[in-house]
Amino acid sequence: MPKTKTPSKKKTRSSATAETMAASQRDISVSEFFAKNRHLLGFDNPRKAMLTAIKEAVDNALDACEEGGILPHIYIRVLQINESRFKLTIRDNGPGIVRAQIENIFGKLLYGSKFHRLKMSRGQQGIGISAAGMYGLMTTGKPLIIISKIGKRKPAHEVVLKMDTSKNRPTVISDSEHPEDDALFEDGHGTQVTIELEGKYQKGRQSIDEYLEQTAIANPHARITYVTPTNETLEFPRAIEELPEEPKEIKPHPKGIELGTLIQMIERTEQRQLGGFLAKDFCRVGATKAREICKGAGMTGQTWIKTVGHAEAEKLYESIQKTRIIAPNTDCLVPIGSKALLAGLLKEVKAEFFAASTRPPNVYRGNPFQIEVAIGFGGGLGRDDSAKVLRFANRVPLLYSQSSCCSFKAVAETSWKNYGLTQPKNSIPSGPLVVMIHMVSVWVPFTSESKEAIADYDEIRKEMKLALQECGRKLGTYLRRRKRMARESERRSVFERYIGEISRCCNSIVGADTDKLYKALLKQAKQRTDEADAHLDDEGQVVDNGGSLGSDEGVIIVDELQDIPDQDDTLFGKTTKNKRKTTKKRTKKKTTSRRGKK
Amino acid sequence: MAKKKTSKKTTKKKTSKKVPVIKLGKKTVKRIVDKKRDAATVKKIETLTSSIVKKSLAQKEPTFEIPTRSVSNMKYNKKKRILEMGSNTQTRSLFNLGQSRKFMQSLLLAKGCKDLIAAEKTLSLRGMYYMGLHTIPGTKEKTFNDQGESDGILEDLEVSLDGLREELHIFAKKRGTMVGNITVVDNGDEINCRKMGSGGYAIPSICEPNVMQFKNCDADFILHVEKDTVWGRFNEDRFWETHNCILTEGSGQPPRGVRRMLHRMHKELKLPVYCLLDCDPWGHYIYSVIKQGSINLAFESERMAIPDAKFMGIRSKDYDRLDLSDDVKIELNDRDITRAKQIAAYPWFEGKREWQREIKMMLNNGFKMEVESLITKDISYVTEEYVPQRLKEGDFLD
Repeated sequence: MPKTKTPSKKKTRSSATAETMAASQRDISVSEFFAKNRHLLGFDNPRKAMLTAIKEAVDNALDACEEGGILPHIYIRVLQINESRFKLTIRDNGPGIVRAQIENIFGKLLYGSKFHRLKMSRGQQGIGISAAGMYGLMTTGKPLIIISKIGKRKPAHEVVLKMDTSKNRPTVISDSEHPEDDALFEDGHGTQVTIELEGKYQKGRQSIDEYLEQTAIANPHARITYVTPTNETLEFPRAIEELPEEPKEIKPHPKGIELGTLIQMIERTEQRQLGGFLAKDFCRVGATKAREICKGAGMTGQTWIKTVGHAEAEKLYESIQKTRIIAPNTDCLVPIGSKALLAGLLKEVKAEFFAASTRPPNVYRGNPFQIEVAIGFGGGLGRDDSAKVLRFANRVPLLYSQSSCCSFKAVAETSWKNYGLTQPKNSIPSGPLVVMIHMVSVWVPFTSESKEAIADYDEIRKEMKLALQECGRKLGTYLRRRKRMARESERRSVFERYIGEISRCCNSIVGADTDKLYKALLKQAKQRTDEADAHLDDEGQVVDNGGSLGSDEGVIIVDELQDIPDQDDTLFGKTTKNKRKTTKKRTKKKTTSRRGKK
Repeated sequence: MAKKKTSKKTTKKKTSKKVPVIKLGKKTVKRIVDKKRDAATVKKIETLTSSIVKKSLAQKEPTFEIPTRSVSNMKYNKKKRILEMGSNTQTRSLFNLGQSRKFMQSLLLAKGCKDLIAAEKTLSLRGMYYMGLHTIPGTKEKTFNDQGESDGILEDLEVSLDGLREELHIFAKKRGTMVGNITVVDNGDEINCRKMGSGGYAIPSICEPNVMQFKNCDADFILHVEKDTVWGRFNEDRFWETHNCILTEGSGQPPRGVRRMLHRMHKELKLPVYCLLDCDPWGHYIYSVIKQGSINLAFESERMAIPDAKFMGIRSKDYDRLDLSDDVKIELNDRDITRAKQIAAYPWFEGKREWQREIKMMLNNGFKMEVESLITKDISYVTEEYVPQRLKEGDFLD
């Protein structure tokens, strides 16, 4: 390339100097960034924004209740103010928030208790609810109103908050004690948030209604009361009266971190020597293992942390990768469990067959995770559509970006034809099927901050497929059995049809007693078809009383389907009070289930 | 479709001479009833039903046996030169999904037959179909979907009751015509077959001795032709008069009535039977049925087969012998070829060298010929030249 002259044309451009540029270079606050990029948090359009706001509030409420050891009762009210403006009120019976923390939690982005720890919870980043408040403020100019009460004797606090986006700092507009609001909290404690925002209310897919129904499935221990914009009250009752176990917090696993994180941890640690740092700040590393890692990096356990620079950190990182370290402990995971999963599904889905399976915990990128799958088949489910996939992460329903979600891919990759369903190529199966996939993890890898889809890790997808296959096999057994029963009853009905004719003929020809003959033949017909009922099934087990499925506690078969009303096209399309009632009734039937085998 | 006949008949095997009891009523209805035979038939139906009832009440599977009507259960009796049914039977059972419906239908038709006998009436196959037809109470299913279903069941019933169709008071659709130097008494009516005009006398489907007797036969032989078009030619040319014979026709595969009539005239009047049929596998098989009996009705061969019947033509060599034009050739299709080979392999054709040669020649020619092809020579060539020539030469296949 000729290096000589600079092209003269360039001169027409305004040439900024480093100095002039510096004048406009300044800090960007997180809040400002997210205010401009609100789609990253799930506030792309009014409809989705309203759902996201409710979702964040409900997630926080459930987390708070569980952490406080309280069976959650969540109250949600969506009040339509005008065409495009709504007032959302979400109230829980959680432990409440101390006055001093209210503005930080609700008024500051990236403030929270959950980001810095590795513990299974719904919220992760501390963005959600503040972002919802920010969105409300931006679209309507109305502040957030928070009322919280932390104990019977303590007064309820009402705090009205605005957010200063440029500084990512809350501004308290008013702060008052509200003893008269005590009635809001029956249990004597709880928190209520009111957000006014621009939104759009629509039923059907990806609606608030659907979100709450799915939440009820994944949180059978929660009671949810929902007042719709049309002023209907929907009650999602509690299916089990037991709180899930409290998940344990764990330290990061050495294999689960990246170099950057490692450097950051080295900078922040309170330990002074390398050996102590490795043994105390990570899980599954003891003194011996720490020595081994240090040796691999050419250092010792006594090496001062201060002396560990970038190059050393890199060596340390490589050494960690080479060292064999046992997988992180998995007692930090609390799956819903087959029993509760089935109870939740049974409550909300009008199927005739339910199966659930919980996989043993596994690890991706050093993060423990566990997959649970439950399926519902037949009954009042839509016959012609393709199956419906309900996705959950740490008990939170995921409603958007289905096709980019790992779980959706796992469903499509599973060969459902083996289990008696039709499945278009590279697609999810069709037929009256609901598939529920739940991933629990201390850190769910979402594809974006709006937490819509689970990232596609091979380990995760493999576990999902294994769980799906386990449920699929049970479904296959059930379908085969059902087919055989249909065949038998068809046979019986054929015999029964002709027996009458034959009895009459015999009566006419030789004067045999029609009734007596009919009864004798009928008895024989029943016996013969019963015999066939007891034939061995495909797995070589005697099919009787539910067959091999009857003793499986991860399976529920609903026998009577008569009382199930016709289903709308969408699975959860219509939520009438009538439906609630029938599903409730059905839960009383045979619910032989138990926590999945481990 | 069969029509209802006014007559009532029953049969006895050909030995019976006294049985025919002809009651010539006044102008009212003439009925010939053989009470003894009827009682025996009813007895058979009742025995069958009783055994089913007994099994049912004893909580055993209700079944009955049906002799198998298929090639596998059929033997060629070399001595008698007829087809006979073997002893294989199949079990029809109520509690077998594939047989359940047929089982019900069998009983329904058995009941129908019993009622029919009690009423001293006869019905056509079609009539029987309607007799058993109704919708099963509480369902939308009909007892019979079409006549074919009931026809098959009736044949099963015939063999399993070991009773002839006539004994069950059922007759088939009437087909076949005859004319010639003979007078018959049909159900008491004297019929002079010399005076039947151009239409001829329709051979009834039941020609048992109690219904049909022969009188005044001057004929020397019987000429059976395949179909009525050819028969019309012969009748118009008064062939039966000039050659003193009886002229019959069976509209293709001759029905039971025609075969029974031929058999009786052959046996009782000692008339030789000559067949003029098409030169194709179909024609050959018609000859085989007349001569040995059919596979389906092997149990009736004794009463129907004419082991001495002769095949007059058309012969495959006639194309060259008579110098026929190319236009008469009809190419053999694959089905014809398969069928011809099948026929050649039947045990009753197997040992006959001339027949083997005949069939082989037809296959070699690659074409078949109809009797009507002789019309290309002359309209009346077949009556004036072909048949007289063959009779004179005695040139037949046996």
